[in-house]
Amino acid sequence: MIPQQWNSVVSGQSPRSPSSQPFISVSVTDPAKMGNGVQSYISYKVITKTNFSDYQGPEKIVIRRYNDFVWLRERLFDKYKGIFIPPLPEKSTVEKFRFSAEFIEMRRQALDTFVNRIASHHELQKSDDLRVFLQADELSMEMARSQEIGIFKKKPAELMQIFKDVQSKVTDVVLGKEKPVEESSPEYEKMKHYIFELEEHLAEAQKHAYRLVKRHKELGQSLSDFGKAVKLLGDCEDNALGKVFSELGAKSEMLSIKMQKEAHHLLMNFEEPLKDYVRAVQSIKATIAERGNAFKQQCELTETMKLKEIDLNKYRLIRSIKQAEAEHEYEMLQAESEEATRRFEMIVRIMNDEMVRFQEQKTLDMGLAIHEFAKGQARLANGIADAWRSLLPKLEACSSQTPNHQ
Amino acid sequence: MMGEHSDNNTTQQAHLYTSPDEMESLLLDEPSLTDRHFASSNSSSFPPFADVATHDPPPLSSPSSISRHGNPLSSLHSLLEPPSYAEAVFRSFDRDQNGTNNNNNNNNGEVIPRDNSGETSSSSSPTSMSDYIWISVSDPQKEQELSNSIVPGGNAYFTYLITTRTNMRDFNGSEFSVRRRFKDIVTLSDRLSESYRGFFIPLRPDKNVVDSQVMQKQEFVEQRRIALEKYLQRLAAHPVIKNSDELRLFLQVQGKLPLEKTTDVASRVLDGAVKMSKQLLGEVEPIETSQPARGGGRDFMRFFKELKQYVATDWGGSKPAVIEEDNEFVEKKEKLLNFEREIITVSQQAESLVKAQQDFGETMGELGLAFVKLTKFETEEAVCNSQMTRASDMKNIATASVKASRLCRELNAQTVKHFGKIHEYLGVMLAVNNAFSERSSALLTVQTLLSELSSLESRIEKLEAASSKVFGGDSTRIRKIDDLKDTVRVTEDAKSCAIREYERIKENNKTELERLEKERQADFLSMLRGFVVNQVGYAEKMAKVWETVAEEEEEETNDIIGH
Repeated sequence: MIPQQWNSVVSGQSPRSPSSQPFISVSVTDPAKMGNGVQSYISYKVITKTNFSDYQGPEKIVIRRYNDFVWLRERLFDKYKGIFIPPLPEKSTVEKFRFSAEFIEMRRQALDTFVNRIASHHELQKSDDLRVFLQADELSMEMARSQEIGIFKKKPAELMQIFKDVQSKVTDVVLGKEKPVEESSPEYEKMKHYIFELEEHLAEAQKHAYRLVKRHKELGQSLSDFGKAVKLLGDCEDNALGKVFSELGAKSEMLSIKMQKEAHHLLMNFEEPLKDYVRAVQSIKATIAERGNAFKQQCELTETMKLKEIDLNKYRLIRSIKQAEAEHEYEMLQAESEEATRRFEMIVRIMNDEMVRFQEQKTLDMGLAIHEFAKGQARLANGIADAWRSLLPKLEACSSQTPNHQ
Repeated sequence: MMGEHSDNNTTQQAHLYTSPDEMESLLLDEPSLTDRHFASSNSSSFPPFADVATHDPPPLSSPSSISRHGNPLSSLHSLLEPPSYAEAVFRSFDRDQNGTNNNNNNNNGEVIPRDNSGETSSSSSPTSMSDYIWISVSDPQKEQELSNSIVPGGNAYFTYLITTRTNMRDFNGSEFSVRRRFKDIVTLSDRLSESYRGFFIPLRPDKNVVDSQVMQKQEFVEQRRIALEKYLQRLAAHPVIKNSDELRLFLQVQGKLPLEKTTDVASRVLDGAVKMSKQLLGEVEPIETSQPARGGGRDFMRFFKELKQYVATDWGGSKPAVIEEDNEFVEKKEKLLNFEREIITVSQQAESLVKAQQDFGETMGELGLAFVKLTKFETEEAVCNSQMTRASDMKNIATASVKASRLCRELNAQTVKHFGKIHEYLGVMLAVNNAFSERSSALLTVQTLLSELSSLESRIEKLEAASSKVFGGDSTRIRKIDDLKDTVRVTEDAKSCAIREYERIKENNKTELERLEKERQADFLSMLRGFVVNQVGYAEKMAKVWETVAEEEEEETNDIIGH
């Protein structure tokens, strides 16, 4: 769960409502199972409270399902290159048919975090797609979702660009040129290395965290079984010792419940934030890929321009009729090259800012998660100590009764 | 590694030195932690751990690098607080139930708590207050079987050195050793079973029918050594058996074991029940074939055969159709049966609990390790302050997790010891079952003899009635009657023997049941206490570990928000 302070954000300068302090707060709640069998899915209530001028306020409730969230993310990823788009919980293929309560709760929490992060991001919150997501009726949402199909999202000019890319790539291969299509600045290298290794470390930590949750559950089960068996043993004896056994069994069962509770707490407040961290890093990797693409585009355009320039000069020299066309193409290329450079540099700038934000946010998130972990474990340990300690007086009384010597 | 918990420090060091675990060799730098709590400390010398050489931790200002080439022990020791009150309390309880055992601990053997030294454990006989006997089994050596070797090289077997220390009068001397092999143990066990029918005799280790390859393996030999030691110690702990000739001969007489092997179960029964039966058999056999009139004799033989069969199949099998008239006994037996059923379940669940606890500790440790790596990574790659803060948070959780994992492991070692008591009682129940079987078979003998007697009597009556009708006497019948009357006499003797034997076994059962009751109460009570105190102690320690981290996190969060 992200810290409460992020839920309702006060954004600095927003063009939306210059008069009062703009705010927006979103919550994803009330998961409900819809449909039957293979077609079943979970729907969520998304409640938006805002005073943004182009939103229906003060409160709007819509029903959304997981794929709607996926749509939103894809749109944002596409439009806001460079920004670390908040991650989504994974698609589930296995559990689809048997949504456990725990799974649903984990997903709901992750979706809630997702939307809130977007709503509190100074740029992303301005997105039209966000507005559609938060405000549109279910039918429009479904229509919007089904329109998004792969490559046709791209504008015609970009399409051209792609073909040109392919062209230049082919030329390269044919000519046997090895073009450096990756950034090579030390800062970039360092950042990339950092992100990739960080994911590995985090994934390992998360794996163990998840296992630890399972261990809690297993230990809880063991305690319960043990308690039951001891209680039965106590019933066999009809003396003070028997009563002690019964009480021990009861305590054991009680601790089993505490253990299960802690398992859940650990899952939601430590393991899930860790998983979220992993996803965030994976999202950054995707952004890095975008940056790489942008860089590559820029490089290739530059290369193509150079080649075109050579051609152009050739034509100028021999006064070929092709010169005019070549000039025109060259100008187009120039414009695109500038555009590509601009895009790339923007991505770099944005990523730098995002990185700083990311580090700060993650420190907060981790700090909280670690705090919750420690608190939970302390609570559990104290509970265990208290439960067993309460047995000691009875044990003492019993041993003083039992004759130790003839 | 689970053994002695005689001293927290030693245990910690034992863990550190003996375990190859990556966790153990972890170089956890703790200057930040210590510096926060202790104003100016450049040397991490905490009194309880002063025996470990420490080196000065670096000051806090520099970004603490995890890969410091310092003395790992100092940093690790500085992680741990001095023993808490709880630990002192629960350790004293452990000592309490062990009595003098801690003095006798050596690497080879663990003395079983019920040492009957009389100091703290419940002893039913006040005269044995000063009796003390301690046995260890060590030094397995391979020896060759000299004769009857079909295989060239012969059969190899192991002998074990059995050392006894005692102050009991019957023994010559206070310390002595003999070499015995497993076959000797079997002989000892068999002889004890014969001589002490009705007692709850501890069960000997299994014969383990394995092939000779496995027999040679060190693991197998070591397991057997441990099992033998436990067995002998249990025998020595039994108030009656410890005084037995059989045990004394076994422990003391050098060279060949002066106990006869017994092979035939039936002859054992015959020995006990019918002293004269052997004579009878000697008498009957040659005559049996020629004299059909010796019907009584043949019947006698037949029923003993049946008896032998019955005893052979009775172990743990179907209950015989004997009518036990002692209601009190029947009640107690029922109760023990219930107890046995429940104790088996408890034993199984105790095993699972220990396993679950162990897995928990392991995973906690792995989590800690993962965070150590993360911390190291973030520290090395840090480019901004927030990363440093995060790294420090992660270090906290890493150290706490590793600490908690260690505590868990220690707790489990203790728990295993305590639960061992439960598992031992499974063996005790088997011994009890054996004793009850002896009683049943003895009763069956008596009842069979009684019914045999009555059938003999009725046959005599019939013969006498028939004979009296014949004028002048019927010499054939009279001879038959005489023979039958002889048989009756012998059978009467046998019956008296059998009854005596049965009564004896009943008495043994009774005294043993009383002893079991008391010991069971005391044993389980001390086990529960030990278990509970342990749990409390370790839970308190763990709570402290986590509370420390939680507090620090709170401080940090406040700092950050404050900024």
